[in-house]
Amino acid sequence: MTIIFLILPITLLLSLGAVAAFTWATRGGQFDDLQTPALRALHDPCAAPTASRDTQS
Amino acid sequence: MTNAAPVLIATAPALEAECAHCGQTVAARDAAVEGRSFCCSGCRSVYEIVQASGLSGYYAYRDRSAPSPARPRGVGGRYQELDEAAFQAEYCRGDGGGEQSVELVVEGIHCSACVWLVERVGRVVPGVTSARLDMSRNVVALGWDSRQTTLSAIARGLESLGYPPHPLGERRADAGRARDRELLLRLGIAGAAAGNVMLMAFALYSGAFSGMEAAYQALFRWTSFAIATPAVFWCGAVFLRGGWAALRTRSPHMDLPVSIGILTGYVGGAVSTLRGQGEIYFDSLCTLIFLLLVGRYLQQSHHRRSTNQSDLLLALAPHTAHLVEGGVERDVPARSVSAGATVRVAAGDRIPVDGLVLRGSASVDTSLLTGEPMPVETSVSDRVYAGTACQSGELWLKVESAGTATRLGRLMASVEATQRQRPPIVRLADRVAGYFVVGILAVAAFTLLLWLELDPRLAIDHTVALLVVTCPCALGMATPLAVSVALGRAANAGILFKGGEFMEELAQPGVIVFDKTGTLTLGQPTLLGWIGDATLQPALRAIEGHCSHPLARAIQRAFPETDLVVEDVEELAQGGISALVAGQRLLAGSPALVGAKLGGLPAWASRLVERHASIGQTPVVIAAGRAVRAVAAFGDALRPEARDNLRRLRELGFRFEILSGDHQLVVDRVAAELGLPAGAARGGQSPEAKLTRISELRASGERVIMVGDGVNDAAAMAAATVGIAVHGGAETCLKAADIFATRSGLEPVTEAVRGSRRARAAIRRGIVMSLGYNLVGIALAVGGLLSPLLAAIMMPLSSISVVSLALRAKTFERKAP
Repeated sequence: MTIIFLILPITLLLSLGAVAAFTWATRGGQFDDLQTPALRALHDPCAAPTASRDTQS
Repeated sequence: MTNAAPVLIATAPALEAECAHCGQTVAARDAAVEGRSFCCSGCRSVYEIVQASGLSGYYAYRDRSAPSPARPRGVGGRYQELDEAAFQAEYCRGDGGGEQSVELVVEGIHCSACVWLVERVGRVVPGVTSARLDMSRNVVALGWDSRQTTLSAIARGLESLGYPPHPLGERRADAGRARDRELLLRLGIAGAAAGNVMLMAFALYSGAFSGMEAAYQALFRWTSFAIATPAVFWCGAVFLRGGWAALRTRSPHMDLPVSIGILTGYVGGAVSTLRGQGEIYFDSLCTLIFLLLVGRYLQQSHHRRSTNQSDLLLALAPHTAHLVEGGVERDVPARSVSAGATVRVAAGDRIPVDGLVLRGSASVDTSLLTGEPMPVETSVSDRVYAGTACQSGELWLKVESAGTATRLGRLMASVEATQRQRPPIVRLADRVAGYFVVGILAVAAFTLLLWLELDPRLAIDHTVALLVVTCPCALGMATPLAVSVALGRAANAGILFKGGEFMEELAQPGVIVFDKTGTLTLGQPTLLGWIGDATLQPALRAIEGHCSHPLARAIQRAFPETDLVVEDVEELAQGGISALVAGQRLLAGSPALVGAKLGGLPAWASRLVERHASIGQTPVVIAAGRAVRAVAAFGDALRPEARDNLRRLRELGFRFEILSGDHQLVVDRVAAELGLPAGAARGGQSPEAKLTRISELRASGERVIMVGDGVNDAAAMAAATVGIAVHGGAETCLKAADIFATRSGLEPVTEAVRGSRRARAAIRRGIVMSLGYNLVGIALAVGGLLSPLLAAIMMPLSSISVVSLALRAKTFERKAP
């Protein structure tokens, strides 16, 4: 079971990596607005009724 | 002459359709264009702009289940102030070239289609390089090329789409966002720490049952210690700071018992780790901090969202004034105009300063200060105030005061001062926390003494266990969660609270003070009666179609549109209009004007005019040629739901008062219709008088709830225990209001009260339940029966049950639209 002395630091490093990623995402503003981006995905340019009109003109 | 009995006009049209822009039900024949119906000219012009810019996709994306869009309520501003160098230096960021960026708050955002439309403002205003809308904050981040366009042009473009923009204090927004991110970061890291320490704890607990080598035990203990240290002192700093502040200011706060529990547990665990024996509580502590941070985060994000909404306090007075000097006119910043200077105000402009009229005459819309929709005829030597609007005509003013020295400026200053001085509401949970701290310290002392007698070696261990298990995790979560859930439900029901404390206040009975115009009544004149020749109605409708006076609009709403040709329209000063229809010269106007034009009114007309005026209605005389043919009476009709809602509020234990800027006669009539006692209604109240009356009521120990809709109610709202702004009027009093409704009418007020009562009951249930868990924990700890494992199981269990209780609580109901 001495392997635990190796595995434990490795798992902690992995979670530290996750924490670092979370910190980076938060500081970068990824979680500032959780509502609008989801709606923006619906505004697919191909599906927009105006798209055909734009390409014609 | 026809001597017909009073005829009530049926305003309900036979056919109904949906407004092509906002979806509101309208009379099919009203304002129809190309087979489409519109509820108002605002909606029609937005529709036309949207179509012309190739943005008709908006109507495909529109969410029909969402509340109908706010009606375009153009501020009608030219937004020149956005182009001023001082403004741009403060709010905008440039890249040195022509690229500029700014964040603006926009009104009227309600669904996904708005996101689509606002982000395509570049189609309407070329030169916009980017537009990103944050729907939860109603903020649009704009980038534009200053060589191609100006910010004011973009602002006008947004307004033309139905989303009037307002400047946002950028520095403040940045600070708020930084706070949000910081708390989220703490929450995430506390979660990671809790998860990892929990894994160590699993190993340790299973080791405790099946035996474990000392070296492994030490490894897990030291690792737990290492992970818990930043969790306690960085993530938990939120509570430790709060606890310290509560101790220093001697004001009870939930953070205090939380801090005591966290610190005792941490020190106890640290000592055990160093000694290599005894219990460690790091798993419970990290879970506790994580769960409490979840509650705190919910609380903060709700609070932030509502304060964002209230940033909408508009620039009420224009920023520029047309200064006249030596016959030359130039535009200067309004606040820098000195007293004694001359300023010109054109038709359609808002008046930038307080002053005396030197020259000219105009009808001035004073609704900002009085709340009354009827314009006031103003001429030489009358006094006018900043923020009121010159509707027609032109004025030259001698400036008396400008900027913050104006009546409006002083009013806004008093709103802010009142808000600052308002004593904070002590929340139920914090009151409980006060007793709680005393209680657990007493029990802890008792446990310590008891075990010093029984078994001194275990005394410290049992006392630490007690303090950890009584740490009010569930209690700390119960209130924020119940409040957040209730606030969320309320927002869905169209009622926005600026904080949970107002919910707690609103749950108890008190005095509700109503503004009249726009709150109890519809806030716009309505045709109440027509006596005389009804055949003139189509012709009158055709004439008034050319006019934007409130009475003209009332006629437009009352009669169906016609296609009669109108020639030679002449708007007369002192409130009148005259035109040629089908070869007949029609004149409609105030009795004084028509009397003067025709050299006196016939006796029957004078009698009618007098009768209507005596009950507070506005009579209008209609003449064809030189003969008076009809008298129409206008008045502000009571909201249809007013009586019912007042009855329901009365049943909930409230008393009522009315404070109105309108004439006492009119206010008395409204009070009588609502069944209020005669003394409860006060007319002729200025904004300052309203503030005084509210302060009086509060001084007498009443819980005062002010319900209003305008800037003239703002100071009174700020002074009241709870201020409620109803929708439909200006959004300008939002800053002063603690609660505001996004649906019109009085129904939201009743629902706010009823929902608050239910929310308070839910908060109480949560507190009682978590206190119950604590009692069990205390009993176990005092008896020395509490193991860390039991504590680790009890804590999340109590939290989960409190959470599910809070989520299930029925508080505010969303009425079917």
